[in-house]
This record gives sequence, C-alpha cells and structure tokens, in this order.
Amino acid sequence: MNFETILFYLFAAVTVFAALRVITARNPLHAVLFLVLAFVSSAGIWLLLEAEFLAITLVLVYVGAVMVLFLFVVMMLDINLEQLRKGFWQWLPVGAMLAALIVVQMVYVLGDKTTGAGMTAVRHAADYDNTKELGRLIYTDYVYPFELAAVLLLVAMVAAIALTFRRRRDTKTQDISKQVSVKRNDRVRIVSVPSVKKQEATESSAHVAE
Amino acid sequence: MMELLQTLQLLGQDLLGPAWLPVWTAVKIMIIILPIMGGVAYLTLAERKVLGFMQIRPGPNRVGYWGLLQPVADGLKLLTKEFIIPNGSNKFLFVAAPVLALTPALAAWAVVPFDDGMILADVNAGLLYLLAMTSLGVYGIIIAGWASNSKYAFLGALRSAAQIVSYELAMGFALVCVLLAAQSMNLGEIVRGQSHGTGMLGWYWIPLFPMFVVYFIAGVAETNRAPFDLAEGESEIVAGFHVEYSGMGFAIFFLAEYANMILIAAMTSVMFLGGWLNPFHGWPVLGAMTDAIPGLIWMLGKMSAMLFIFLWFRATFPRYRYDQLMRLGWKVFIPLTLIWVVVVAAWMQTPYWLW
Repeated sequence: MNFETILFYLFAAVTVFAALRVITARNPLHAVLFLVLAFVSSAGIWLLLEAEFLAITLVLVYVGAVMVLFLFVVMMLDINLEQLRKGFWQWLPVGAMLAALIVVQMVYVLGDKTTGAGMTAVRHAADYDNTKELGRLIYTDYVYPFELAAVLLLVAMVAAIALTFRRRRDTKTQDISKQVSVKRNDRVRIVSVPSVKKQEATESSAHVAE
Repeated sequence: MMELLQTLQLLGQDLLGPAWLPVWTAVKIMIIILPIMGGVAYLTLAERKVLGFMQIRPGPNRVGYWGLLQPVADGLKLLTKEFIIPNGSNKFLFVAAPVLALTPALAAWAVVPFDDGMILADVNAGLLYLLAMTSLGVYGIIIAGWASNSKYAFLGALRSAAQIVSYELAMGFALVCVLLAAQSMNLGEIVRGQSHGTGMLGWYWIPLFPMFVVYFIAGVAETNRAPFDLAEGESEIVAGFHVEYSGMGFAIFFLAEYANMILIAAMTSVMFLGGWLNPFHGWPVLGAMTDAIPGLIWMLGKMSAMLFIFLWFRATFPRYRYDQLMRLGWKVFIPLTLIWVVVVAAWMQTPYWLW
C-alpha cells in the first residue's frame, strides 16, 4: 500500500462521513459546512486522479462561491426544525425508493466496463498540462455541447433575475455616479465676507497664539 | 544560501532515505512561513509608523529603539491574554474560525515564486490555485460572525461575505487577462513571459494597465482593508466579525489579514510587475549597474512597494458606503474586466502585441 492509496482511502472516508453528516446533522448550518468538507475532500480525490484543473475549479466555484452563498442564506433563514422534521416516517418509503433507484442507476453506469470503474486512469509525465488539454478538447471536439451548456446557463441566469426582480416605486435610490462625479463648485459656494478691522484681527490672532 | 540548502538536502537523503521527502518539505514550508510571520509582525509596525508620518505624528516609539520591539510587545500581550468564549456561542466553530481564516492565507504561498526556481510547488495551475485559496479565506470570517452569536459580528460577516464574493469575479477576470497574455497558469511561466521586453517595459502592467488597477483594488477589497473595511467598520459595527474574539483568537485574525495583504502584494508583483525580474534590465547604464542584484531582492522590493500602497490607501481614503462598494464591484469593475478580456484576446491576434 503506497502513500497515494492511503491518501485515497483517507479522502474517500472523509467524503463519505461528511456526506452522511450533511443529511443527519441537526443544525442546517453544520450540514452546509459538512457539504463544504465533502466538496474539499472530493477535490482531493480528483487531484489524485491528476485532474488538477477540475479539482481546483471545484474548490474555487463550489466551495469559494456557491457554498458561501448557501451559508449566507442558511444563516439568515429562520428555520423551524420541528416543522421540518414532521412527516419523516410518512415520506420515508418514497425517499427510500428514490435512493434505491439512484443506486441501481449508478451501479449500472459505473459497473460498465467501457464507461466507469472498468477504465484505469492514464498516467502522464510531470509536464503534462491538464488545463491546456481540457481547453483544447472543449473548444474542438465538444464545442457544440459546450456552447449549448453555456447558453442554457445564461438563459437560467436571465430567467432567475427576471423572476425575482421587482421594481419598487417607493424606494429613494441614489444615483451614485452622479454623487461621485460631483465637483466642489456644485456644493460649496465661496462668498467673500468683508473681514473685521485690521487692529481687532491682529489682537484676536495674538490671543489665539497665546 | 542555495548551496547550503543543497548540501543539507543531500545529507538528509543519506540519513533518512524515503522518509526524508516529507521532512524536507516541512523544512521548506517553515523557510517560507517563518519570514512571512516576521513580515506580518513588522508590517503592523510599518503600518502604524506610515500612518503616523502621514498624520504628522511619530507613531510607536517607546518599545525599543525607534519602536522596533513594538510587534514583540504586542504579540506577548495578546498571547498572555485570556481567550474568552462567549456564552451561547457555538464553541467548536468559534475556535475553528480563526484557524480557517489563517490556513488558506498561508497555504496560498505554496505556489508563489520568490526567484527563478525558488518555489515550493511549481504546479501548472498555480494561478487557479491562488484564486481558490484566496476565495476560501471568507469562511473564517463568516463562521466567526455566526459562531459568535452576536449581532455586530453577524452583520460584519454578512457584509464581508457579499463583498468578497462580488470582488472575486472582477479579480478572476483580471487574472484571465494575465493568463491570456502569458499563455500559461504557471506563475513561474507568467514571470518568464514578462522578460522579453526591455526591463519594466516588458511587464504586463503596460498592456494590462486597467487590469492591474482593478486587480489591486479588488485585492484591497478581498482583504477587507480600508477603504473597503466594512466587515470591521469600527465606527459602525464596533469591530465586525471579530468583535467577540480576544487574546490569541483576535491575534490570529490579525495574522490572517496581514498575511493576505502580503499575498496580494506578492501576486500583484508576480503577475503585473515582473516578479523577480530586474526593472532596468537592458537599459543603457542602469541595467549594467543593477543586474547583479539577486531576484529575491527585486521581488521583496516590489512587494514592499505594493504594501506601502495598501497603507497609503488606508491613510488617504474614507470608508466606502455599502451601496457604493457594491456598485464599484458589479457596475464598474466587472464590465470593465469583461471588455478588457475581449480587447486583450483581439490585441494578441494582431502584430501590435509586443509582450
């Protein structure tokens, strides 16, 4: 058993444990943090497979951005745990059936010699650039599926904004670019006030100096 | 220095065999971490001195000659203070949060090149790794804010989360421009890509000048420094996310913030200011005079210059209002960076791309 195998089992064990805790943790915030842990340890497994671009992107996109927003929302929600736990036994059979279906599908796909676990990872030299290779494939062989996925995401984004965007009439929004570009002369008026007599002025300044 | 390390490595290899690799890596990590910690300590002193001089006052000058022992005194003070865990806080997360803030700030240093070949992990996706690590730092802040069970801390955490996620996009696009120009994500390659021109004219700050500015400002926002320090906002929410922390917990947040500042300065130097390269290389007289200076000195000099700008910002600008901050990130920086990505990509196809 070499070092890499030990690392694999370590990451795998952490991933499974964290994934289990995501659904069993009582506090929703803890569940989100365990999901973060699951993402990080699966990124570790991807690194072991020499897929460094995907691994780092997983950390960057999911851990660094998506899960931060998840945390953000979960922290601000006022969650009634009793309410959520109600009807657990009632819906358990449906959930179990769905889980069984997913297990069957995964066994079917991963058990296949040509697509899943039957394949062995190809080892590359140290100077092999995973990122460049991935980019080349995406923009040549898979350019249409890739562009299609991009358009789909764009549509989803526009739809999400359109669905949630409400223009309220009673807000007093400030035009910040106007505020920023304001000049001194717009706000301050310099007036020339005739000063007091010379003798008094020197007297008072002497007073201040003391 | 390098020969000494080389002989040390050979000696260790004979002594320990295969077990030497982790030991040697740990030694190299310490060689990077310890100077950073020292740098953090003296950056706090430099900050107080610079702020002092900008406000026409001497700054700390009592502990040691010229105040030079002030960081040591501060460290001792914080070490000996009690670490208070508030009632009603989530104890595990409360203790874990400072660690979560500091770890990514230090882990990111693994891929920073200090000189040609002086790098801990020369990975191909170094740029992405750095971006990922800087984006992880926000967890420490959010978790600290939530686990403290305090309204001020929570407000600070929410502000910080929104701010960091917003500015990360602009930062990412600025880095996309750099990797377009360098055609590599390896930080060493990025620096070598800037060595073709004459000294500092070959660096990427000229073709990518708007990105240089955007990147640095986004870096200031990512590290929650003035004028973007709304997460702390002493005058509004007391001290923001770390209001409940005392003693070492507070000190570790401080360490993380300053380590992040130094990291942003290092990244700006590597990506836009030619890293370890001599700015006068190939210039008539200056070039010959300065070529003997080792790259490490140039790198540290550039980092210090960027750090000085951090402190200068703090002394000069008033704090942004939250809506102004969001506007700057989403409505100014992101459109600007998106346009510049296209401009650079098109520019590189023409014969006028000189870098």
